[in-house]
Amino acid sequence: MFKETALSGQTTFFQKLRSLDYILLACILILGVISSLAMYATDGGELLYHTKSHVLRFIIFFVMMFVLSFLNIRFWHATGYLFYIIVLGLLIWASLYGITASGSQRWVDLYFINLQPSELMKIAIIVCFAKFYHRAQINQINNFKNLLIPMMILILPILLVVSQPDLGTSILIALSGIIVLWLAGINLKYFIYSGLLLLISMPFVIAFLKPYQKLRILTFFNPDKDPLGAGYQIIQSKIAIGSGGLTGKGFLKGTQGYLEFLPEKHTDFIFTLFSEEHGFIGSLALLFIYGVIIYRVIDIGKNARSFFGKLFCFGFASSIFVFITVNMSMVLGLLPIVGSPLPIMSYGGSSMLATMIGFSIVMSTKIYQKQLIA
Amino acid sequence: MFGGGGDSGYKKLSTVNRRMFFMTAAKLVIFGGIITRLFSLQINENKKYLTLSDKNRLREWRLPPVRGDFEDFFGNKIASNLKVYQLHVVPEQVEDFRYLMIRLRDILDIDSKTFKKILKKRSQQKSWETLIISENLSWDQFAKINFYLHELSGAKPVLSVARNYPYDEKFTHLLGYVAQASEKDLIENEVIKKSHVPGLRVGKIGLEKTYENQLIGSNGIQRYEVNAYGKRINQIDFVEGKKGTNIKLTVDTEIQAQCNELLKDKAGSICVMDIYTGELIAMHSSPSFDPNLFLYGISHDNWNEILNNPKKPLINRSIQGLYPPGSTIKPIVALSALENDVISTKFKVNCTGKTEMYGQTYHCWKDTGHGIVNLRDALKVSCDTFFYEMSRRLGVDRLNLTAKKFGLGEKVFNGTYNEEKEGLIPSTQWKKNALGRGWVLGETLITGIGQGYMQTTPLQLCLMTAQLANGGFKIKPKIIYDKKSDSYEKIKAEMEKNRIDLLSDFQQDDALVDFSLEKKKRDTDLYKPLYRNQENVKFVLEAMFASTNEVRGTSYSSRISDKKYQFAGKTGTSQVKKITEIQRELDLDISQIPYEERDHALFVAFGPYVNPRYALSVFVEHGGAGSSAAAPLAKKLFKTIIDRHEEREKIREKSLMEI
Repeated sequence: MFKETALSGQTTFFQKLRSLDYILLACILILGVISSLAMYATDGGELLYHTKSHVLRFIIFFVMMFVLSFLNIRFWHATGYLFYIIVLGLLIWASLYGITASGSQRWVDLYFINLQPSELMKIAIIVCFAKFYHRAQINQINNFKNLLIPMMILILPILLVVSQPDLGTSILIALSGIIVLWLAGINLKYFIYSGLLLLISMPFVIAFLKPYQKLRILTFFNPDKDPLGAGYQIIQSKIAIGSGGLTGKGFLKGTQGYLEFLPEKHTDFIFTLFSEEHGFIGSLALLFIYGVIIYRVIDIGKNARSFFGKLFCFGFASSIFVFITVNMSMVLGLLPIVGSPLPIMSYGGSSMLATMIGFSIVMSTKIYQKQLIA
Repeated sequence: MFGGGGDSGYKKLSTVNRRMFFMTAAKLVIFGGIITRLFSLQINENKKYLTLSDKNRLREWRLPPVRGDFEDFFGNKIASNLKVYQLHVVPEQVEDFRYLMIRLRDILDIDSKTFKKILKKRSQQKSWETLIISENLSWDQFAKINFYLHELSGAKPVLSVARNYPYDEKFTHLLGYVAQASEKDLIENEVIKKSHVPGLRVGKIGLEKTYENQLIGSNGIQRYEVNAYGKRINQIDFVEGKKGTNIKLTVDTEIQAQCNELLKDKAGSICVMDIYTGELIAMHSSPSFDPNLFLYGISHDNWNEILNNPKKPLINRSIQGLYPPGSTIKPIVALSALENDVISTKFKVNCTGKTEMYGQTYHCWKDTGHGIVNLRDALKVSCDTFFYEMSRRLGVDRLNLTAKKFGLGEKVFNGTYNEEKEGLIPSTQWKKNALGRGWVLGETLITGIGQGYMQTTPLQLCLMTAQLANGGFKIKPKIIYDKKSDSYEKIKAEMEKNRIDLLSDFQQDDALVDFSLEKKKRDTDLYKPLYRNQENVKFVLEAMFASTNEVRGTSYSSRISDKKYQFAGKTGTSQVKKITEIQRELDLDISQIPYEERDHALFVAFGPYVNPRYALSVFVEHGGAGSSAAAPLAKKLFKTIIDRHEEREKIREKSLMEI
């Protein structure tokens, strides 16, 4: 045990460099290129603001991820709770002094960047839980104290995000947390109980929803009822994707996006535009890249010796998967429209920052896979 | 030890690995679901969504068809088109209709009354029907709209054309007018339905309505690629529309304008016709109204003004107004009597101012009487007593035949004007059928002086005069100019030939030819003699000359002695109300009689007397005596008509050269 610790400590920088996961790195880079091109297409084939800032962010955050990868996994373990508390603090700050845009108070002004803490929370919650369960004994996981604390850790940020209001992100945070909780070994029955409880409380929750949120849910079930109102996005998105066909309309030739029929085409509906221009084959390729990324993250988790690293990787892989499927299901008309970006692809600094931090922890897990955490 | 260590640690690891395995399996299934969805949208339903995408991005604009023009004989445009800018909104394509309307109200400065009207119209329309916010934007408004267009998603500035009548009220009854197509127009006319665009103007009455299908033209089509806000990005396709056929009329704007001038502030009608070609030179009904008022929907005030005008401007008196012809019928009565050998030209009657017949007193217009008059004098001085006696001998049925032959009691433009009326030439048979009572002989007497049941339109009187003036030949009145129609020379030659033909088979002709009223027959009778013996016609024409150009003639004061302009005519003063004995004694001046009870003044004439070419009828409703109220108008008009003749012939020659 001591020997192994010493061994890792002596790993040279070159060895660390060699033990990076290059397939994962390559996939992230490819996604970066694809997303930049997609952004270029949304700008109507011109190098405009969205494209420029997306490319710039990708480069900065990618380099940051690369550098942070060399941080010892112990660092992430040690700062797990701190990370969560800082993000929680930012959320509280946002709810007090945040910047309001389109009716929602989500951003904090950090002078060099407008940060959306709720996006960071998607990762922070995983780190926090990974640390919590790293220490927890399997036979104590289902006792009352060990159920109550994670519950509090999860509910607190969710309430903050819901009150912004940002239903989409809060659902995604909840899903990320719940998946980690389940992976950690919490008895399935508790999930079933809380699920039933949620179902019963649904009418009360709905009563508290904002009118536009209610409309979105209703519209999901019948988008044609109000084709120019709330159903417009779903209908137009389906038209764009459907008209893409097998090979797509071609790069920069997607009429739906170019003629501004697609709403939020930079952010939540970036996949729609991509799919319109590159068709079924392009969409499959994109899904494949995401698949490889998820596979690599899971694989790294499998080989990690620390439970912290393992649980983080599994949790991160699952939440990325959730983000992807929620976003795609949404634009494909399988789920109601809730704000949820497509990782790396969508325009948005906070989301990319959070994803990149996640990747750097994964990468760190890989480099220090033999590392044990006391 | 790692994370908790020992058995517990192992169990923890195996739990997380096992659960991750399930998780991964679930992920694969969900990915599979997404791929299936992608496949169904992009491969299975690709066609449907491609169509929808095209429907999204391609929009077709049907441009309003450009209506054909009307021009007069000299090529002056009397109905043409102006370019106008309009603002259209399709409520269905607007996200926030109320907001857009309020923005437009502010930008265009629409007053609240109009604004309410638009909103009301909106509530009556389907949401996909175009709502016209403004039919005639000023240039300022158009520029402003285009400036704010990116904020006004759903508003469409449209370049359109609108009918324009440069001569305002001068041709209203002759041309008719256009107004916005109604539901009824769409149902009744397939062609209108096919080319309909919001705001399309179609003919409502007159020639505009009759020749709708030729005038309407075909729509231009613009296909644009548009963005989500309806803004046009690229023009994909443009099909140019075809302008409707231009229609050239036989009328002369200058003469028409003078007719307007002559009847100013009066109710009445003037018709002028070429006695050989049948070309209508002018046809005016007064009072008229400005047809341009109807283009953008007539305002309530304007409409009320037209509707409440006691002189009833909406009636086209020339073809719709039915009036007793009065003494203007006398040439026909005289002709009928001569043709039927009822009297000879030497027949004389002593006029004492009144005559007792069938227990009734019949008055001559001249209380003191005309003394002993022959037929020529009777026509010249319009002696009623002579005509009572003559028509008593003639009988109403024989008079009926002659009158109908010369164009009375049937439509002059059969089908050209929906509103044209037939009029009525009574007969014993007619009375039995229509009123169920037998003919009273006394009625024959008043029919003989153009009173009683007899009703004619001013245009019929004009045609009657024309057919007398050309020597008694059938002509076909027309208002649409046709290069291919028979020339004056040809018509004259044809008439001469027919005249000689009639002379040669005169022997076996026992009585008047029975003329059928069928249209087919009418056409084959074209340029055929309407008389039995042309001498009779000539006699009547000569008597009409005397009436205007000899001392004591009823229209002597309106004569023109210059041979070039000299015309012959017959006055008429038709009673609106039976004159009571008291009134007869009072012998009131016209100004002392209430307007509605005043006599109608009529005058029919042809000229120049030597080689006549034109015939006219003047009618002044409640104008008083024909000699003082109607004949002087004809005098002024004849100068213009004859002066314009040379111009007209030049144009005719030129147009013949073009063939």
